[in-house]
Amino acid sequence: MRRLLLKNFVHGPLTEVAPAIDDAAVAELASRVQQTARKRLGRTLAIREVDAGSCNGCELEIHALSNVLYDLERFGLRFVASPRHADVLLVTGPVTHNMREALERTYRATPDPKWVVAVGDCARDGGMFAGSYACVGPVSAVVPVDLHIPGCPPSPLALLKGLLALLESVSAGMTQVRTEQEEGP
Amino acid sequence: MQSLRAAILGGALHQEQRPWPRTVVGLEGWQQAAQSLRSGAWALLGLWGEPGLAHMAVIEGETNECAVLSLACEANRFPSLGHPPAIRLERAMRDLVGLVPEGLDDARAWLDHGKWGLCHPLGQARHALAAPHAYAFLPAEGESLHQIPVGPVHAGIIEPGHFRFTANGETIVRLEERLGYAHKGTQSLMAGASIERAAALAGRVSGDSTVSFALAFALAVEAALAVDVPPRAVWLRALLAELERLANHFGDIGAICNDAAFAMMHAQCGLLREQVLRTAQACFGHRLMMDRVIPGGMQCDLPGDGERLLLELVALVRRHFPELVELYDNTASLKDRTVGTGILSPALAQQFAAGGYIGRASGRRFDARRTPGYAPYDRLQFEIPVVQAGDVNARVWIRIREVEQSLALIEEILPQLPPGSIRAAHAAHSAAAAREGVALTEGFRGDILAWVRIGADGNVERCHLRDPSWFQWPLLEAVIEGNIVADFPLCNKSFNCSYSGHDL
Repeated sequence: MRRLLLKNFVHGPLTEVAPAIDDAAVAELASRVQQTARKRLGRTLAIREVDAGSCNGCELEIHALSNVLYDLERFGLRFVASPRHADVLLVTGPVTHNMREALERTYRATPDPKWVVAVGDCARDGGMFAGSYACVGPVSAVVPVDLHIPGCPPSPLALLKGLLALLESVSAGMTQVRTEQEEGP
Repeated sequence: MQSLRAAILGGALHQEQRPWPRTVVGLEGWQQAAQSLRSGAWALLGLWGEPGLAHMAVIEGETNECAVLSLACEANRFPSLGHPPAIRLERAMRDLVGLVPEGLDDARAWLDHGKWGLCHPLGQARHALAAPHAYAFLPAEGESLHQIPVGPVHAGIIEPGHFRFTANGETIVRLEERLGYAHKGTQSLMAGASIERAAALAGRVSGDSTVSFALAFALAVEAALAVDVPPRAVWLRALLAELERLANHFGDIGAICNDAAFAMMHAQCGLLREQVLRTAQACFGHRLMMDRVIPGGMQCDLPGDGERLLLELVALVRRHFPELVELYDNTASLKDRTVGTGILSPALAQQFAAGGYIGRASGRRFDARRTPGYAPYDRLQFEIPVVQAGDVNARVWIRIREVEQSLALIEEILPQLPPGSIRAAHAAHSAAAAREGVALTEGFRGDILAWVRIGADGNVERCHLRDPSWFQWPLLEAVIEGNIVADFPLCNKSFNCSYSGHDL
């Protein structure tokens, strides 16, 4: 173990350069992120993932965000174990009828201000499962959605770009609010 | 005891199913088959239904012969097999098709949570008032027992399912699973769909096994339509399947160690997994390799630098993986958590015909790549690692050994890749009658069964896909008994059953 630790220490981190922020995501978020909400958050967001009936493909790529190459936490984004601790719900899947209530209750358990990010093609419009007797369809039919990250499944880079856009929208708004306050009477 | 051959000959042989026979048996034949399953002479590969018909896929232990036996269900009733591995499958048949398993004690619905607004979606569907009911968990009574409900939304980034623990202090006396939360109605969407769309759906039954499911579906369709797949596609498919196995095993080995709070293995294995996925992206254009295996062949070929990329990946893993194995083996605090935890007895593994690392860690030497086997594995040299211990440690070691086997297989496949095309045109399908095909493939988790009937119009009439988890989930309930609550994540991760694959 010592040899491995030493080697990692000498080599330095493997983490890769952050990707550019997704412009499409910024546009979608522009009207969604409210000024009042921004005041309460720093440059950090706690994320609660909810699988609302996905095939598990999206979860695999969301998991990858935590590996050493993407290292999500360096941006102040981290996954938390309870909706009570979360600012953001990351929802995947075509929302099965059997998961609908659990999703609604998770949403209600998340304190305001909160955002919902719908991840993957299924979460956007039901994807390949649209029209099934067992699926509601888009996440937005169950809870309000602030950002869609498409893909089947979206790659970790696509996820990262979307989440960074969310973080930027939140914190950029915050500085703006602050400036306004400072310039006030 | 009747042999499977005798059972096949005793029934009315259905001519249109390939490559195994399907035979329609009478009530007596069905009951004799149930007896053969209960005695352990045969193993259950699948059990499913359609309006008026119940089907079981079985394999005979002695001869490795496979067959599908069907029973015409009078008044939509059939005799329950009285075989524990079949219980949840029978409950699912009742929910989805409306076939009633007579003699089954458990009257509770399984996949149907009363929220679809209809009953029997795969049978004579009829509207039903949404009537969600409280699920009656099996009782566990005694002084100082308490219950811990977990899920369907879990603390980690995992799929939805509910676990009801009854514990005496720290010790679990009963675990009961409740699944079905990820039920998407996939089989119903496949009915009537074009072969292409159904193949894409098959690839989304369980995202981590997308290659193996797509392969099982493709093999079943190709068997039904007697399509000759070009040799290059056959060999490429094995390449994809082994890459998928590698990626998942790295993910699992790391995650199991992480659940024992040993984060370093998780980080290191996560890195190897990412390298596999990036190589898959570079070679086949998709990190999980979705929609690459299609009925008739392959959607894409290996690019010019593909062989080099794959060999570099193998070299990279060969360089780093052995020191991780050493790290696992020499960390006493980690082994303290995995050795002797969550023991699955060989008898139970055998009874449930548990596939994959779960069966092979408990002495069941079964690998669909060899039995019944499919190309190109019949021409490849590989070992099937088996150990007897059946604990979390054993399931880690099986994965480690399988990583080594998959690396060797990739090296073996590459120089033998035949030239030529990668796609066959679907055989002109002018038959007036429907045709059926069946296939068994080995995913990273175990054997996957696909059964398909192609209608005269060339579309999928019916399809049944059985994830290995059907026979593994019930065993998790068994192995956790007597373990402490804190070891559940460890046991669960070492099983890594699929929720979506099971719920379908």
